[in-house]
Amino acid sequence: MSDPTTAAGLREALWHAVAEGDEYTAVALVQDAAARHVDGETLLLDVIARVQERIGTEWAAGRLTVAQEHAATAINERVVAILAHHPSSARRGAPRGRVTVGCVDGEWHAFPARLVAEVLRLRGWHVDYLGAQTPTPHLVAHLHHTNTDAVLLSGSIPTHLPAAHAAITACRSVGVPVLAGGRAFGIDGRHARTLGVDGWAPDARGAAAALAEGLTRPDPSRGRQAVDDLPHLADQEYTMIVRSRAQLVKQTLADLEDAFPAAREYSEAQRERTAEDLAHIVDFLATALYMDDAGIFTDFLTWTASILEARDVPARSLTIGLDLLAGRLRDFPRTLRLIGEGTTALRDRAAPGAHA
Amino acid sequence: MGCARRVPADLNASPGPTTGPGLRSAPGAGDAGAPVGETWRHAPYPVLVADRRGVLTGLNEAARQYLPRAARGDRLRDLAPSWLAEAHHRLAEARSPGGGDVPAGHLGDRFFEAHPTPAGDGRVVWWLIDRTDALQAETALHSARTRSEMLSGIASTLLSTLNVPRCMEVTASLAAQHLAEGAVLIAPPQGRRHQLTYAARGTGAVQVTQQVDTRSVPGLAEALQGFPPVPARWLNPDDIPDWLIPEGFTGPVGSVIVTPLPGHGVPAGALVLLRSGTEKAFTEGEEAFARLFAARAGAALSAARLYAEQSAITATLMRELLPPKLGSVHGVEYAGNYRAATDQERIGGDFYDVHPGSDPSRETLVVLGDVAGKGLDAAVLTGKIRNTLQALLPLADDHQRVLSLLNGALLSSHQTRFATLVLASVRRGDEGVHLRLTSGGHLPPLIIRADGTVEEAPTHGTLVGALPQVRARTIETVLAPGEICLLYTDGITEARGGPLGEELFGEERLRRALAGCAGMPAEAVVEHVQMLAFQWLRSGGHDDMAVVAIGAARSGGPPTVAGAKDGMNL
Repeated sequence: MSDPTTAAGLREALWHAVAEGDEYTAVALVQDAAARHVDGETLLLDVIARVQERIGTEWAAGRLTVAQEHAATAINERVVAILAHHPSSARRGAPRGRVTVGCVDGEWHAFPARLVAEVLRLRGWHVDYLGAQTPTPHLVAHLHHTNTDAVLLSGSIPTHLPAAHAAITACRSVGVPVLAGGRAFGIDGRHARTLGVDGWAPDARGAAAALAEGLTRPDPSRGRQAVDDLPHLADQEYTMIVRSRAQLVKQTLADLEDAFPAAREYSEAQRERTAEDLAHIVDFLATALYMDDAGIFTDFLTWTASILEARDVPARSLTIGLDLLAGRLRDFPRTLRLIGEGTTALRDRAAPGAHA
Repeated sequence: MGCARRVPADLNASPGPTTGPGLRSAPGAGDAGAPVGETWRHAPYPVLVADRRGVLTGLNEAARQYLPRAARGDRLRDLAPSWLAEAHHRLAEARSPGGGDVPAGHLGDRFFEAHPTPAGDGRVVWWLIDRTDALQAETALHSARTRSEMLSGIASTLLSTLNVPRCMEVTASLAAQHLAEGAVLIAPPQGRRHQLTYAARGTGAVQVTQQVDTRSVPGLAEALQGFPPVPARWLNPDDIPDWLIPEGFTGPVGSVIVTPLPGHGVPAGALVLLRSGTEKAFTEGEEAFARLFAARAGAALSAARLYAEQSAITATLMRELLPPKLGSVHGVEYAGNYRAATDQERIGGDFYDVHPGSDPSRETLVVLGDVAGKGLDAAVLTGKIRNTLQALLPLADDHQRVLSLLNGALLSSHQTRFATLVLASVRRGDEGVHLRLTSGGHLPPLIIRADGTVEEAPTHGTLVGALPQVRARTIETVLAPGEICLLYTDGITEARGGPLGEELFGEERLRRALAGCAGMPAEAVVEHVQMLAFQWLRSGGHDDMAVVAIGAARSGGPPTVAGAKDGMNL
């Protein structure tokens, strides 16, 4: 058995509890550790956060069902909440400034933001935590209500980057600096920088360090707009793809049935699943156009291919979808180039397997 | 001017054969061999003639006005301003005059441009053109432009925030940056204390709230009452008390401006600008500019105050209308989520409540409903319905009766809207969670069984607030551990979008999704349903969406701490 007095042991014990949906044990484990004066930040980041990561990888590998993944995440969230109310989590150090932590509009993965909020609270910050998918108008209204020093914006799924950009621009135009974090912004934070943030942090400790160092307030009189950061948007390809998304999916679905008679035999549910997959591809394509970054599209495709293969679904359907989409998007040079890079990435990825 | 006569006679007396190399290639030197004529004497501009060595050989009447003591044989560098002597020297030395600027500078109190014309004998005729008025106009234009750029920058910076403390920080910082070395904004008193915002050039703004004697600063008490500002020259810097000096402000105070920040009828505060003794004192122009700045800042600050007051009122009124936070009650898990139709609002026509039973043996009443329409008007009616239902709690044993009484109350009020709702009475027993469910014209609750079957609770009834009589059928069921009963509004099933753009999310899709939710905690189910409906939506609008899940906690251990997630509002 694992030794629950070390971080690694606690991690193992907590993982088993959440994976089995045993909330009672999970809560008791963390409460005991807190009572033994295990450091709050260690519990949050070296135990709970790592278990949450593992939930994600186990789901991706097909070893957890969606329901199990949701149940495990919900228990982990409870654990964080209970830890926040534990007397051992009283903030340490001198009180610092006030910050706002929230997720990009449309972003449902609130867990990383919640962890950051708790860590900052422990380090003495007054934190306003706005939770998952914060509508940008609410976020801006909140900034007017409170004299906040910075906004920490969390995003996990890259397709929310355009919404993140709107939020970043809005916060900066009221003179509040934005620190971005989360996988959506790229592992090196390059998407965050493209969107004109005032800072980026790879993790909760990095965010705390960046805040401690201080962010410079942006000059609101400069009146920047989205197209100032991303001049390529002037080619309208992003706008066209987003506006014609439904039609594009419909047409591509029809093309698929023309090209593959087997597709005509799909059940209603299968047909809808296929439409959803195509819509997903279009969403990531649009985001890559928005950011002018092919990596967003190719990463999505290779990741999806690995998810499909983990569930014994051939990834070839992705390439077929790309070919059909390209046929519909002949007039969009930047889009075609991205689709071409997507096809190449899928082929290069498949190549080693072919030799095996 | 009497000596003007004797100069011209000698001018042509010494036609020097040698010519400076630079003069040959000088612009306009096409007639470089030509002798210096006589006509220049009558030119309306000052004209000076000097030879290669910089010795003055002539000047006209107009030039003499500015150089009354000049005489032939004087050296330029002794009699003329240095800018002109140097320009002559450069021209005489250089192979070319250089492509640089036209030499220009002051002569007496006027400003001249000097244009050279080389003569054939190596002498140079300097034509001086008076540019004083043009220069003044250019300077005035430049400073007006700088000032208006500064004002527009200041205005947009001030307008960017509607937060009062932030607006005060911005005002003090801008003042310290553009108008003075130190600035202090004194807000109108709150009781006996003032909020003070200090800024010194190059440092951030600092805020403190404290009791201060505003009468100790000349003109300050008056400014806070909205009297016209006291002219800066009447203020004695020595009278400035220490509490008014921002941290980081160096040296003794040299000059002071105290100006009111005009607000909406009442002053928004007062601004004190400080310069140290080493800087020059405030000019009248700067004082006027400071008043202009104060007007902009006062307007911005008043707008921020108005917004703060309005949003405080809204927040107070809205508190009662916001959905409650749910948690665990008497061994049963409750979770709820709500999203209003518009992003700008937090409230709308959907509502839910959980009224815990007085002890675990008594039923807890759960209500979820939907008022026709959306936005504030609908939200106000949800408030009335929620209050009425709370008053009817003692009668909750009989759902039919509760609905009838609510119906009567809605019919007798002035509003014309109707509502649909679901009532659920919940009690934890030995073998599971007992439910009594009644729909008043609302979508029937869905029950997720442990094996993934999704059942529709067969309750139905008429909506409330429309017809004189309501009828409804109450059904009973039991949730085994891990099973969930889901109450939801039609905002979920009528979400329009999906991959093909225009489809409704629909009950069928919801049931399919719920089938995969067997065994999830109530919170996770609620979040999952909200997420699916939201992801289904395309950018078009949506209706209010509310979801409540009632869950029989899974076996193992005592029930979790009530309201563990964020504390309950019960």
